[in-house]
Amino acid sequence: MSSDHHHDHGMYDSDPLHHHPPQPDLEDTPLTHHQIMQIAVGELLIEKNIISADALRAQIEFQDSITPSRGAELVARAWSDDGFKGRLIADSKAAGYEIGMDVGPVPILVMENTPTVHNLIVCTLCSCYPRFLLGIPPDWYKSRSYRRRAISEPRKVLSEFGTDLNDSVEIKVHDSTADMRYMVLPMRPAGTDGMSEAELAGLVTRDCMIGVTVPEGSSKA
Amino acid sequence: MTDRRRHHDMGGLEDGPVEIKEHTSEPWEKRVDAIRSLLSDEQRNMLSVDELRRAIEDLGAEAYDRYNYYERWMAAMTNILLEKKILGVDELGRKMAEVEARQGNKPL
Amino acid sequence: MSARYKVGDTVRVRQAFPPGHCRTPYYCRGKSGVVVRCCGEYRNPEYLAYGTYDGPEEPLYRVQFMQTDMWDDYSGAPHDKVEIEIYEHWLFPETS
Repeated sequence: MSSDHHHDHGMYDSDPLHHHPPQPDLEDTPLTHHQIMQIAVGELLIEKNIISADALRAQIEFQDSITPSRGAELVARAWSDDGFKGRLIADSKAAGYEIGMDVGPVPILVMENTPTVHNLIVCTLCSCYPRFLLGIPPDWYKSRSYRRRAISEPRKVLSEFGTDLNDSVEIKVHDSTADMRYMVLPMRPAGTDGMSEAELAGLVTRDCMIGVTVPEGSSKA
Repeated sequence: MTDRRRHHDMGGLEDGPVEIKEHTSEPWEKRVDAIRSLLSDEQRNMLSVDELRRAIEDLGAEAYDRYNYYERWMAAMTNILLEKKILGVDELGRKMAEVEARQGNKPL
Repeated sequence: MSARYKVGDTVRVRQAFPPGHCRTPYYCRGKSGVVVRCCGEYRNPEYLAYGTYDGPEEPLYRVQFMQTDMWDDYSGAPHDKVEIEIYEHWLFPETS
């Protein structure tokens, strides 16, 4: 750190060249009570050596690195390899390690969609979500309406997402109440024979791994 | 809604259509998640996600409805840290006042 | 602790409504379903939530319910289902 910089950047320092990167939530608009609380708590924890600024930065970088592409990669491999699919459904942690992926400390159960069963994930009690495979949940997943209604009127909620399933397809809703998390393994759409895994992964959206949509090109029975 | 159903325990209640909105993470929100992860990791083991959930549920119906997701987590985390004496009320108050003054906010 | 229930057992959720933290949703209390998975043993969230990190581990089950049993006015298909994870102490055997 250069000698004419007397203040400690602490947790805000994200540039090794020591410039002040724009921090719109700090500098442009008045802070809310909870933002003030967050900054104060963070600074106190660092001052007390309970966490370090470096650890905080590293954790944020790690969080930022997790996107739904992780889940999509597992789905694409499962679509390409029936043996892998079976292993993924039986034990996602072990299957993840096969392709060098750590699915994280919380067990994630992969629920397979079939022509007769469509799976949907919700957490009615809070917003539990398979973060290690899908990243940060969208606002709608955490919304009151989704938490109230996905469990009791899933077909109406699916329609709001443009997904209309024939009554011959059973809908199974999973409420993530305890220690497991869930991810949907959608059905592979028709007309994708010969696609590479990377191309297949491109078809797998976050929303179809939650179960509110199906991949483009899928039949809806 | 009966008293027996706790406010956060909302599965099956009626509501309007889902507002299909994405979430753009603000830096302060990422810091909330990061602090939570670090404090609950195996090394520090200072709080559990279960305690945080409980603290969110105990915020009361009005706060639960009025705060957004990250405000609830932050409020809950702070309450737990105070309860466990990891932070003190006075030092937190002084630090919050300092943060506010530093940012040029008008005092509340 | 050995698991009391196995896959295929019919169980009913206790009709209790404590204040305080638990992870058994209101909507399933008193309802009857089938165990579809024995998830293993985990620490009881009702202890963890109040600062006891070293409490006993307890069997957790995935229980499947028919939506038509869960909701009086269910408007979906009759074979639709819901699956919830429930800790053993919330369940009792359903004798038909």
